[in-house]
Amino acid sequence: MILEATDLRRLYGAYVALDGVSLSIREGEFVSIIGPNGAGKSTLINVLTGVLAPSAGSVRFKGRDISGIGTVALTRLGMARSFQLVQIFPELTVLETLQAAVVSRLGLGARFLASLAGHGRVQSEALEVAALFNLRDKAHTLTRELPQGDKKLLDVASAFALKPEIILLDEPTSGVSTGDKHAVMEILVGAAKRMGLRAIIQVEHDMDIVFGYSDRIIALHQGKVLADATPAEIQADAKVVDMVVGRRHRAGVPRPAGP
Amino acid sequence: MRAAVTLALVGIAIAALPRLAPAYYVTLMLPFMAYGVVLLGLNLLFGYTGLVSFGHALFIGIGAYTGAVLTTRFGIRQMELILPAAALAAAVVAAPVGALCVRYVKIYFGMLTLAFGMVFYTFLLKFYKLTGGDEGMRMLRPYLLGQSWEGFSKTAYLIGPYYYFSLAVLVLATLLMWRIVRSPFGLCLKTIRDNPLKAESLGVSVPRYRWYAFMISAVYAAAGGALLATPTGNVDPTLAYWTHSGNIVFMVLLGGFASFFGPLLGAFVFIFLQDTVMSVFPYWRLVFGAILAVIVIFAPGGLMGFFARRTVTPVSRA
Repeated sequence: MILEATDLRRLYGAYVALDGVSLSIREGEFVSIIGPNGAGKSTLINVLTGVLAPSAGSVRFKGRDISGIGTVALTRLGMARSFQLVQIFPELTVLETLQAAVVSRLGLGARFLASLAGHGRVQSEALEVAALFNLRDKAHTLTRELPQGDKKLLDVASAFALKPEIILLDEPTSGVSTGDKHAVMEILVGAAKRMGLRAIIQVEHDMDIVFGYSDRIIALHQGKVLADATPAEIQADAKVVDMVVGRRHRAGVPRPAGP
Repeated sequence: MRAAVTLALVGIAIAALPRLAPAYYVTLMLPFMAYGVVLLGLNLLFGYTGLVSFGHALFIGIGAYTGAVLTTRFGIRQMELILPAAALAAAVVAAPVGALCVRYVKIYFGMLTLAFGMVFYTFLLKFYKLTGGDEGMRMLRPYLLGQSWEGFSKTAYLIGPYYYFSLAVLVLATLLMWRIVRSPFGLCLKTIRDNPLKAESLGVSVPRYRWYAFMISAVYAAAGGALLATPTGNVDPTLAYWTHSGNIVFMVLLGGFASFFGPLLGAFVFIFLQDTVMSVFPYWRLVFGAILAVIVIFAPGGLMGFFARRTVTPVSRA
């Protein structure tokens, strides 16, 4: 068990965003969290990544309680995340963005007088990640000049450059054109294998992506876990399909082909 | 390459200036060089970390008063001791002040630095016995390289040894800052400037690095302040007044905060333009106010914005 949440509750005033959510993520799993707007997905991600402390319940990462410990500390422990709305450093190049992640992971941030350009390991590791994400040719492009799809890739790539054990991807293909979504996912899953990630959690609305890549799906509804099962089991569950998935993805309806 | 040639030519011109220009213009270079040191530090905070301080005159004041106190009260005249003492005094004050300020951003950070600046200004003004109140204190001519330069007239001292000493300090400060902004630390600052949320998600501790940047900028400001005190031979509370903080922010904007050398250009143009305008027109602030408005509206990248890689839009900085 890498990540385990037990009976999480989170209140905003009188509003209950998470109402007793329990889940666990095992070695080697790709888990998708789905649910309609307001189901509590964002709150759950924020609690799992230590940004928000739960009102009750606990989150354990590698056996350690990480409730509300904060992003930086969690990064050190080996958990990284990407964002739903693409987060980039507009005035930095692609390479600089990846270097920043490597610098942070290697704990070099307080080197005031060392030469960044002269640090071989930072350079080579940043370029390696750039290559995995097809960004090598754009290494010296300013991030703000990248097309939207590449910005999204870079946001994810920089989280990967932390070499985390587990990564939480908040809608990794949002803002990516339908035609490119599978390509993005292939890059991402390929990079995860190459870099030896132990688990991936994603929040995703696109059901083709969810059913195409997940080992397990957790469906949230009104702050509760409605279902926690394999894609095949979810498709067979009429109630979950009606409430969360949508009928197009019910069992028996052929799934659209990949890329 | 072109930049390196330009830089070399500028360096030669500055080094040769005392032989070529009238003494008056040479002495105007002294505040330019002192402010140059201050602004290199201020821009680490402003251009590289994204925090605009309206209280940095506080640290200029600390540097200048350190020089005055050491030369007049303790008989320590060596500039080689005064500069590190000024830096140390600034670091001691900046550690707690910075730790508080960097928890805030944008206008709140600016106002908090302003507030600390005002506290220090009032201290200088009201603790007459310690600071000389509004009359300030004398700054005795510092020794340079172990020599007192007694035989030199004030002008000969300023345009001779002191000029080259200041230039050496500026060059050293520039080289050091050049290293800092190109270090792993410098990269972390830029990530914070561009997107603190994303920086944190990459494990960059935003408050900690902001605090480091604040400390370094305070040390630079104090070193510049100590340099600034010698030509006038007197320090007074206006050095720490908030309008002085405003002036140095103006210099950074004038030259361009998005460029490494922008603030130095800003200091140079500010000093010489101020001198020119004051000689023909008593209301120099009127002219400078208009210039500031034009820069913010039409040239947010400052004078260096016409050459620089980073384009600056005021909206994105709002």
